Amino acid sequence: MYQAKVTNIKITGRGGMGILTAAGILAETAFLAGYDVKRSELHGMSQRGGSVSSDIRFGKKVFSPMIPDGETDYLLLMADDQADVFGHDLRMGAEIISSVIFGPSGFPHKKSLNIAMLGALSAKLDFHHKIWLDVLEKIFGKEVVDINISAFNLGHKIMNQAIAEKHQ
Amino acid sequence: MKHVGLNVAADLLFTAAYSGVSGGLVFVVADDPGMASSQNEQDTRRYAVAAAVPMLEPSDSQEAYDFTVLAFNISERWGIPVILRLSTRISHSCTIVEHGNMPIAAPDPGFKRAPEKMVMIPAHARPAHKRLRIKLEEIRKWNEAEGPNLTIAGKGKPALISSGVSFAHCREAAPEAPVLKLGMTNPLPIGIIAAFARKHGDCLVIEENDPYLVTEIRGEGVNVRGKEKKFRIGELNVSRVKKIISGDKSPDPEPAKGMPPSLCQGCPHRTVFAILKEMNCLVSGDIGCYTLAVLPPLNAMDTMIDMGAGITVGLGMRHALPENEARRVVSVIGDSTFIHSGITGIVEMVYNPPATGHTVVILDNGTTAMTGLQEHPATGRKLDHRKTNRVIIEDICRGAGVKNVQVFNLPGKADKFRGELKKALDSNALSVLIARQVCLLAALRIRKLEKAQE
Repeated sequence: MYQAKVTNIKITGRGGMGILTAAGILAETAFLAGYDVKRSELHGMSQRGGSVSSDIRFGKKVFSPMIPDGETDYLLLMADDQADVFGHDLRMGAEIISSVIFGPSGFPHKKSLNIAMLGALSAKLDFHHKIWLDVLEKIFGKEVVDINISAFNLGHKIMNQAIAEKHQ
Repeated sequence: MKHVGLNVAADLLFTAAYSGVSGGLVFVVADDPGMASSQNEQDTRRYAVAAAVPMLEPSDSQEAYDFTVLAFNISERWGIPVILRLSTRISHSCTIVEHGNMPIAAPDPGFKRAPEKMVMIPAHARPAHKRLRIKLEEIRKWNEAEGPNLTIAGKGKPALISSGVSFAHCREAAPEAPVLKLGMTNPLPIGIIAAFARKHGDCLVIEENDPYLVTEIRGEGVNVRGKEKKFRIGELNVSRVKKIISGDKSPDPEPAKGMPPSLCQGCPHRTVFAILKEMNCLVSGDIGCYTLAVLPPLNAMDTMIDMGAGITVGLGMRHALPENEARRVVSVIGDSTFIHSGITGIVEMVYNPPATGHTVVILDNGTTAMTGLQEHPATGRKLDHRKTNRVIIEDICRGAGVKNVQVFNLPGKADKFRGELKKALDSNALSVLIARQVCLLAALRIRKLEKAQE
């Protein structure tokens, strides 16, 4: 499905959580799905645990690399303490996806939380599953590709379950 | 380089514009409107005018690619340095790029003697300045005729004149508006701008940072208007551009307050700053991870201006302050910053010693941690980690004439460090105390490299 409207996704958390990796995978997937894509990020001093956030925008034609105020459609919260930080960026009815979907103790493998969150997001977007998997295989080396694909699939499945429960 | 990097390279830029270049020379300079990770918001476009060199401003990744090629072509064609001016959001964004064929082959290296061009004594510089102004006028004509400028037809008022990432914001904020996008912003294609302004009447210049374009254009007698003063500060975005266009004076929403960074748990620098704080020192700091010591919980830094100033500002304080305060002043600088800009400060300290002496603490963590663990001359490895000669920091200090140079392996020798620091502050001697422990983030890689090189 090809939509004219620009979809705006913000991924946020702290340095070391793999936010830029996740943003890269999402942008590449949108690109391979045929969209114009822009991605921008701020990560000053993030190596020392500071905030990192990335804007990913895709649609038929995207102009600014930054999401305008109040137009974020999906907010991926990798660290829950960042929720207040980006509140004013959200569009009415925007969806916030946080690690809470994996239960009270979060996702069991901290290192692949970023990819599991992308899996959850993927249940909300129209990209073919195969494109996601192709990009994951391209990005990750042999040793870690399988664990990331299973994290992605788990996130996807849990989000689909949540959607199904909501509709019951 | 960053905008502040050009301050350091400016001496070269100004005279290289006179001497001209025999190959391509392009300065890629990224400004940081909004100061995501910089100490000021200076506008590089002023440098292009001051040094009289052409400047290109890409507005996305594709143009960053295309304009780099164009910049080299211009540089080689006219034998002049060119500035490619980026900003935070051009450098920290990715947009789709179509590759072209890189058309430029490097010329064979060789030196042709031409001292009248390459030795800038006044007798050579006077005709060189004339040549430079002639080149610049030729480039302006080229820019008018075939420069990378773009006019987008539209309707409604005001018409917009913009460049760089601001152009992208304009297109989104006012998709219907006529826009003149300037790709080369020095020398300006003033004929194109004047024609655009005549056609549309009310023209508004949308630009980040300084009112550079609007001032230059108005200076040429073309009537355009600019943004409200408050938009000079901070980054532009779609929302702010909408406000500039509509004249909306409402305050901007508070920018997102993220989690502040801090020194890593177990970082060896923490030990040193805890001791400096405990001894109530006045800390003249420098640029690196350790600048984070200014934030809670350490709160242990009092000045930080630019690279190298840790030592020289500390010396100034030693000279100027009353003795009881001067005695508490300590300069703190990291290993890579010391190599970059600290050595002249040591020379100054030996040459003009303050009456109370001085103490410099060098935090040597064996890498350039702040910017991503790059090598530097004191690591003994090149940027690609191959082994090379190692510059020994303590030998430089001793060689310059500092008598009391000591190395401490932290955190194990923290008590010894504390004792020697106290002795140094109480004496009128010149001291360099090197606190050495490898950055935890780099340690594993360094161990691997050292093993491989054995």
